[in-house]
Amino acid sequence: MNKSLVELNNCGVFRNQKWLVRGVSLKVSQGEIVTLIGPNGSGKSTTAKMSLDILKPDEGTNTIKKDIRISYVPQKISIDWSLPLRSIDFVNLVTKHKTSEINDALGITGIQHLINEDVRNLSGGEFQRLLMARAIAKEPHFLVLDEPVQGVDYSGEIALYKTIQEIVKKINCGILLISHNLHVVMSQTDYVICLNGHVCCSGIPSSVIKDQEYIKLFGSNIDPTLSLYKHNHDHHHLPDGSIDKVDKNK
Amino acid sequence: MFDDFIIRAFAAGIGLALITGPLGCFIIWRRLSYFGDTIAHSALLGVVIAYAMNFNLIIAVFAVSCFVALSLLFLQKRTNLPDDALLGLLAHSVLAIGLVLLGILSFIRVDLMGLLFGDILSVNITDVLFVWVGGSIVLIVLILIWRPLFAATVNLELAKAEGLNADLANAIFTILIASVIAISIKIVGILLITGLLIIPAAASRNLSSTPIQMAIISSVIGLVSVVLGLQTSMIWNSPTGPTILAIALGVFILTLIPLKKLLISKKKIELLN
Repeated sequence: MNKSLVELNNCGVFRNQKWLVRGVSLKVSQGEIVTLIGPNGSGKSTTAKMSLDILKPDEGTNTIKKDIRISYVPQKISIDWSLPLRSIDFVNLVTKHKTSEINDALGITGIQHLINEDVRNLSGGEFQRLLMARAIAKEPHFLVLDEPVQGVDYSGEIALYKTIQEIVKKINCGILLISHNLHVVMSQTDYVICLNGHVCCSGIPSSVIKDQEYIKLFGSNIDPTLSLYKHNHDHHHLPDGSIDKVDKNK
Repeated sequence: MFDDFIIRAFAAGIGLALITGPLGCFIIWRRLSYFGDTIAHSALLGVVIAYAMNFNLIIAVFAVSCFVALSLLFLQKRTNLPDDALLGLLAHSVLAIGLVLLGILSFIRVDLMGLLFGDILSVNITDVLFVWVGGSIVLIVLILIWRPLFAATVNLELAKAEGLNADLANAIFTILIASVIAISIKIVGILLITGLLIIPAAASRNLSSTPIQMAIISSVIGLVSVVLGLQTSMIWNSPTGPTILAIALGVFILTLIPLKKLLISKKKIELLN
């Protein structure tokens, strides 16, 4: 039974006379969400890049299953002003899709109305949704999300995480997720790896939050079950922000 | 038909403009305008070598350009210096070596003005063939590597992560720039080629909303500039290369006029009346 899509075995990256990260082992299988958490500079993005084979580990081995479709949502991406690029062109960047597929993907992340908009006119949150739409349009086997909800408003953040969960169910892909928003992520993750230059602790979410190493890094007052703010909406928003007057409950 | 130097000039100029359009777009998108300049500066060394060894000019310039481009890739990996410093270092040191060689090999007579500013009216049949055959190859290769090259232009890591061979596309693109500069030496000269790459693409940016649109419009603007520039230079007896660029600049200024806004406000005024 070898279902794992990506495997890092005791990997480390050495740059400018120091180890950025060392001794990381992880495994992402089909239909599984693995979350990396940790403070700034703890090697989360570096680890993600090793799992994508953009960075070759200086120590240990990274194995990626052959002939799988991979989607990547990088942490930072800036589009040069000289580049005329619409949302639809951006979705087609690596793989060309049918317009109906693009519409579906943009619909899932709630920005279908922006399909012909120039990407530089999008807000930070809208752009983040576009990155996500592009990644899922490919129906990847392995999806790497580096801080996918930065700049997205709070209700949108929860919705996007729900979307991530739905994607896993729908296309049965494996996800490597990097986040600092522990409280929202935790409940939807199969496995958590807490990084700080090395693997501090790892395991299923409920065991990790009780780990002494984790509490040292993040404090004990962050209870993922309590800090999740329950927002009681009595109305729905349309994608452009206006209020949908039709009451769905009736 | 090709006996006529004016027809040869038109053929060479139009062919060149068609290639510089899309390539110039990539040069703008990737902020490489100084790179084009560097390659062009180092072309003098290629010219001296060609004369000294009695070798084809275009091929010698192409070889030196490729060598300089590869040196840049090597230096980028070996040093912590920023790209513009490395480019300045390469451009002027290779130019200096070219001038030193030119001085030592006193038997070489190079028409420096022609080299710097080109002389499109003196191109022969071979030059025209080089432009059209070489240009077609450059365009076909560019179309073949378009997707990985464009994806790498937007985000290198994303392109690599999703399985595109971005490094190869970048290397090929560098060779394409070197070839276009080699081809263009006789036509617009080493001082002006960067202008022909950048000005039409810059003007096109003001008119287009998708990358492919920008590449095509850029070719069209280049073509218009060449045709009008050649005609103007014959009427005024002005140097041809600079005239072509001056016309391109004129087109660029025209594209700054916000036509759409003017049309909309006119309609509004009509409605109000």
